[in-house]
Amino acid sequence: MSTPVPDPSGYFGAFGGRFIPEALVAAVEQVAEEYEKAKHDPAFTEELARLHAEYTGRPSPLTEAPRFGAHAGGARVFLKREDLNHTGSHKINNVLGQALLTKRMGKTRVIAETGAGQHGVATATAAALFDLDCTVYMGEVDTERQALNVARMRFLGAEVIPVRTGSRTLKDAINDAFRDWVANVDSTHYLFGTAAGPHPFPMLVRDLHRIIGQEARRQITERTGALPDAVVACVGGGSNAMGIFYDFIPDSGVRLYGCEAAGEGLAARHAATLTKGEPGVLHGSRSYLLQDEDGQTLEAHSISAGLDYPGVGPEHSYLKDTGRAEYLPITDAEAMDAMRLLSRTEGIIPAIESSHALAGALKIGRGLGPDATLLVNVSGRGDKDMETAARWFGLLPEDHSDAQKGQ
Amino acid sequence: MTAMTEDTTRSTGSVTVLSAALAAAKAEGRAALIGYLPAGFPTFEGGVRALTAMLEGGCDAVEVGLPYSDPVLDGPVIQTADTIALEGGTRTKDVLETIRRVAAGTGKPVLVMSSWNPIDHYGQERFAEGLAAAGGAGAILPELPVEESGEWRAAADARGLGTVFVVAPSSPDARLRIIGRAGSGFVYAASVMGVTGTRTSVGAQAEDLVRRMRAATELPVCVGLGVSDAQQAAEVAAFADGVIVGSAFVKRVLAAPDEDAAVDAVRELAGELAAGVRSSLSGVAE
Repeated sequence: MSTPVPDPSGYFGAFGGRFIPEALVAAVEQVAEEYEKAKHDPAFTEELARLHAEYTGRPSPLTEAPRFGAHAGGARVFLKREDLNHTGSHKINNVLGQALLTKRMGKTRVIAETGAGQHGVATATAAALFDLDCTVYMGEVDTERQALNVARMRFLGAEVIPVRTGSRTLKDAINDAFRDWVANVDSTHYLFGTAAGPHPFPMLVRDLHRIIGQEARRQITERTGALPDAVVACVGGGSNAMGIFYDFIPDSGVRLYGCEAAGEGLAARHAATLTKGEPGVLHGSRSYLLQDEDGQTLEAHSISAGLDYPGVGPEHSYLKDTGRAEYLPITDAEAMDAMRLLSRTEGIIPAIESSHALAGALKIGRGLGPDATLLVNVSGRGDKDMETAARWFGLLPEDHSDAQKGQ
Repeated sequence: MTAMTEDTTRSTGSVTVLSAALAAAKAEGRAALIGYLPAGFPTFEGGVRALTAMLEGGCDAVEVGLPYSDPVLDGPVIQTADTIALEGGTRTKDVLETIRRVAAGTGKPVLVMSSWNPIDHYGQERFAEGLAAAGGAGAILPELPVEESGEWRAAADARGLGTVFVVAPSSPDARLRIIGRAGSGFVYAASVMGVTGTRTSVGAQAEDLVRRMRAATELPVCVGLGVSDAQQAAEVAAFADGVIVGSAFVKRVLAAPDEDAAVDAVRELAGELAAGVRSSLSGVAE
């Protein structure tokens, strides 16, 4: 791990790169150049730090979860509370940084894709703050299961376009955002929401989320006097996981676990890209990908709209192949059980996405035993998921006949 | 990705047929007409018949689209056609077989146009070999930037296949020079910043791009995106070496009541467009 990644061409080992139409090359190079300038410019770094502190509410707390930990083999479990950020998830970290870059590039409009709506809400928020026009592409399936977030985005002044092509989920929202970008690249920045896509986005988004791991590393060391035995995060595209992993990568004693969505199970419909996929090229970079024998993208499935994606960021593929991180498939049922368990033991309702990490922590803790310390990224809060959870657990009056489904 | 075994023979593709067709059009003092249709659309046989009819009706060359699940550079018309082709069970091998049938049946240049992952996944060497063996003239790979194209070009060059790069109005001259050196067959100039689809006007950007591209290469420069009728074809033919038409052919097939009508409709459109590229000789659009 001594050579920094990505290399100048955007490669993390065999993964990453830049597979984009010629019409976008100039725009993507502009993003790379502007970011290179900005990261050495105090006007950028200080403004971002001020926004983190005064707008987002960083540093986010580290909360020990002993009653939850009792179910994780008795391990000490610490939760990194990205759910307490303004807008309710880690997504704001990346969005504020890219919104500042948008202004620096002289562009007046941002577009974004969103799955669960968390990135869309964060983008709509930043667009309001920075006076940018904002269009969010969201798969029609996701607009239905995350209707509250659609309303939030529109309330913030963004245009939300339901995407009706393909599987009508996150992958198709990204396709339509790219189409918009090609046509409007002069005025528009594609505020990409995860650590995937063409170079420099995997690096840029990772760097903007690094603050999660930097804070957590300091916080847990202060609290326990040592580094954790394991860091656990959910992985869809992989931005919150890269953010919390990155500063622990040199700490060889710290195990890194990414939890991806196994949906209804690995033999059925799932989104376990790193477990079941093969390397391929989708949305601008080479990474693991759920694809058939002709390289056609397979439809992913997860109860979590934010993890319902057949690809994954290239650095995760690199961490998998180098063995630095391990990736666990977590089913819908395991995630929903963990969601309810954290709610009832700690009074914290996590997003369904983050619940995959919590379910992973239960397994990892039981494997490592009571002397272990786990750091788990609670990447978002679960308010947006109450309708899904209520239906899953049969908590609504009209769902009475479906009750006990998740019991 | 796939290593060639030592006893694999190399087939020879027909970029020379493509270059000859473009040169012949130039010798007539007109632009070439290049049509596009995805393979397997509306059916496998229907696609072969339609592409053949396009060549018989007046196209100098055709591009056979490889239907893909995530065609990011395509508008709704071509994505609809891709979806129909994929739902009909079209496989990569069927695309190669379509090319073989159309090339053998007409003797005219047949290219493949594809998103990158299907070719990457099939294996670059293996796909190049399959395309050459099918008598293909080359490939248009809009999502493969020149920087990532070395392995493909080596496989294609070794087999007499052209590699057609797409350039955009946003491409700076320095990149046009790199692409002009790397490409073969012709250069595909995207008329506007955007995805495929018919448009009411083809921007002035196209003429400027053709001028800049010509300064950077000896290759013919053909213009695509948005051309849908004879008048637009005539306008583009006045400044480009070739006119590429895709979505308009797809629309004719989608609108046809049955496969026979679809074949007739694309043949008719090819004829209209062929008249268009010739009408610009006198500067009068039909």
